[in-house]
Amino acid sequence: MKGIKILWIAMVALFITHNSNAQDETALIEKVKQKLDQVHDYVATGRMKTDVAFIKAPVGNVKMYYKQPDNFRLIREGGISILPKGGVTVNLNTIMATKSYVALFAGNTVTDGFPTKIVKLLPINENNAIVLTTLYIDEKNLLIRKAITTTKENGTYQINMQYGRYSNLGLPDKVIFTFNTHDYKIPKGVTLEMDEPLTDTDRKKMQQKNGRVEIDYASYTINKGLPPGIFNN
Amino acid sequence: MFTLLQVELYKIFKRPRTYIAFIAIAGLIGIIQLGLKLDGDAYVNFVMSNVEQSFTFDGKLLNGYLVCYIILQLLLVHVPLLIALVAADMVSGEANIGTLRLMLTQPVSRCEIILAKFTAAAIYTLLLLVWMAILALFVSIWLFGTDDLIIQKTRYLVQLSKDDIFWRYVGAFGFALLAMLTVAALGFLLSVFAENSIGPIVATISIIIFFTILSTMSIPIFQKIQPYLFTTHMVAWKEFFDLKVNADNTALKGTLQNKSQIVQSAWILIAHIVLFVGVAMFVFKRKDILT
Repeated sequence: MKGIKILWIAMVALFITHNSNAQDETALIEKVKQKLDQVHDYVATGRMKTDVAFIKAPVGNVKMYYKQPDNFRLIREGGISILPKGGVTVNLNTIMATKSYVALFAGNTVTDGFPTKIVKLLPINENNAIVLTTLYIDEKNLLIRKAITTTKENGTYQINMQYGRYSNLGLPDKVIFTFNTHDYKIPKGVTLEMDEPLTDTDRKKMQQKNGRVEIDYASYTINKGLPPGIFNN
Repeated sequence: MFTLLQVELYKIFKRPRTYIAFIAIAGLIGIIQLGLKLDGDAYVNFVMSNVEQSFTFDGKLLNGYLVCYIILQLLLVHVPLLIALVAADMVSGEANIGTLRLMLTQPVSRCEIILAKFTAAAIYTLLLLVWMAILALFVSIWLFGTDDLIIQKTRYLVQLSKDDIFWRYVGAFGFALLAMLTVAALGFLLSVFAENSIGPIVATISIIIFFTILSTMSIPIFQKIQPYLFTTHMVAWKEFFDLKVNADNTALKGTLQNKSQIVQSAWILIAHIVLFVGVAMFVFKRKDILT
């Protein structure tokens, strides 16, 4: 009987601890959100580098448009942008735009040299495109250093962020997206090309299943409005 | 020699058959452009469906540069047939109508006659390609505008910046000229052996079709002989639309992935031209002209 009592007390304590932790992380998320909410819209310029095993793309100048709550568009200046499906648009602001969620504490770690808290963000709405997001939050500076997002249709994305000039607004200077890719192969009879022998480097590259898109932000124009219809295309 | 060339060019451009190729090319390019203008997005979506599983594209995928690439890919397989119509008729056509013997009574060497005839066929080929370039590249740019060119290769996808494309087309058309001159030289060689035009025209077309099929089939036994077929090297113009990447997998503007392949293929085609014209000259010099 005494044993059962102890077990009950332990379970209640665990529940209270667990619940209070979840509450704490919701507060932390809200604080981060408040920081990000200072930015209603922005136009950013930068350079984008695509590193996918089967894509040969040059580095290009890009322009990014954001408007609250979750409108985002990236345009390559004077060219075509190749973006991972749903990937780059899954940026911090769109992740944080999720209104109803459960935030669970999942431990502490060091990310890019900064002590961070790991928080699991679970959207309550079943129809949300994002299934789960793991945030690595620098509690001291209220900055998200890393986010791993699992989506319903487009796999898992990892977003690493480096901050500098705009850290007071939670806007990164550099973003690295890592994502999964599918296989790529087109029959020679379709492309009508000459045969090229496969080198070891080619074979290694073809086995690489992850792609990366790096964006170095050069400037932000914050809360100055956006060109009309920019999100229509 | 110049007078001979003028005479040969006059003969080529006086024949209605010569203009069939120009009309056919204009018609084919016009049809492709019209189709792409009306329903090009559906075509591009279909072609890119393999990549669109993982990526989205923002920009004008269907632009003049891509349309020109599609046209070249489709037509450069068929243009040899149009070139054969004229090149394979150069000597045999005259033998057929009986003017060859008359021509040889003039105080010019047989070598000069052969060279003048081949140069005239080469000028015709050049004009055909210039005509094709005007319609396929410039008219497509006018109709569809410009943007980056995205090309699907067998193992990867290449994105070429729009300021890094035009010189590649100049190179590709230059290379295509070499390829078409090889066809013209083959047709010309066969025409030396015949007394009527049909035989060498059909023979040239048959050889091109046969070799092209062998060149494109990925069957191990055929792959061994592919490097020795001139038709394999005729598609090396596509190498102008591939670029190098650095250690970070970033494409380097203004570079060529397989420059050595282009040079090697160009030399192989030049060697074929010299060989075919040389043999034609050798045979013609020793030929007993009876018609």
